[in-house]
Amino acid sequence: MAARHPLFYPIVILGGLVEGFGLAYSQMAKPEVVLGFLQLDDLGLLLVMVAAALVIGTAIFAGVAVLGEAPLTGNPYRRRLKSMDRTVLVGGAIFGVGWGLSGICPGAGYASVGIGNYPILVAIAAMFLGAYAQGYWRARTADDDGTSGTVE
Amino acid sequence: MSDVSALASLLGVFEPLAQRAASSPALPSIFGAFESTPFPNGVTHYAVGGALVGLGVAIIYLATAITAGNSTFLETTLSYVSDLPRFNEPTYVASRDWRVVLALSTVAGAGLYTLLLGSPWTTDVGWWRLAVGGFLVGVGTRVGKGCTMGHGVCGLGSGSRVSMVNVAVFVGVAIVTALAVAAAGVSP
Repeated sequence: MAARHPLFYPIVILGGLVEGFGLAYSQMAKPEVVLGFLQLDDLGLLLVMVAAALVIGTAIFAGVAVLGEAPLTGNPYRRRLKSMDRTVLVGGAIFGVGWGLSGICPGAGYASVGIGNYPILVAIAAMFLGAYAQGYWRARTADDDGTSGTVE
Repeated sequence: MSDVSALASLLGVFEPLAQRAASSPALPSIFGAFESTPFPNGVTHYAVGGALVGLGVAIIYLATAITAGNSTFLETTLSYVSDLPRFNEPTYVASRDWRVVLALSTVAGAGLYTLLLGSPWTTDVGWWRLAVGGFLVGVGTRVGKGCTMGHGVCGLGSGSRVSMVNVAVFVGVAIVTALAVAAAGVSP
């Protein structure tokens, strides 16, 4: 592995701190608030997602259109694009049932630990178990790993 | 579809819905659940918090060109303890250290908020909902190649049609699930 730029980890830490602070500030680290959105009592989560997508969307647009390559890695700026296949639908549906049941997703789950919500560790442990089960199952059915499909 | 037009269409879908629900509470629609406004707890903390979330991801992106989602951390961290080839792909092993640092920094950032502006808080959502829901989130995010941050923020911010489809599916299914659970009398 190539050596990291000396500012790589400081930047990751800074970005994580701002992201975690924002998740807590937006109240999305509380499952009850997420469930309030999903039960259509308060559409605030929509604002959180749109605001966050606008900011990162602006950064991505600037990076791709103007800046060229990133200073700390030398890698070209790209949009985040994934290939389309049925796993995007199946995965989204499974994720949706889990999110609707628990009111927690990975990023908000980590932030939830930071607001002192220790019961969320149950959900995070379960996320690891779920990711492990998926990897284990996928390794056993390697001939159909869902990686086929076209890149948009 | 360009980035700008994708974002514009995203806003174009949501804004009229929100305004209609806000201005016409008596209108027969799926927004019948609202008392008088779709934002009974205000909008500022949602917008500011969301912008900060985007800023955190943007800092990392502008410095490194990495769109840092939060769910790949689950798989890359498993590579420390599992020999399954699935978790030991070169790109996973190469990124596992900084993904741990990112997750811990996210915890610390929320902790900073709690110290400065908030107070410690714990959920009343039942442990079985956290356990079963968390498990399905873990499976679904890996099958679907992203989570609320990866698809929902970075993907939508990229104008990715694949992410729009994924987000539409998971938000729709989650709304149906949450309403069904509430209708079954499970609260919280």
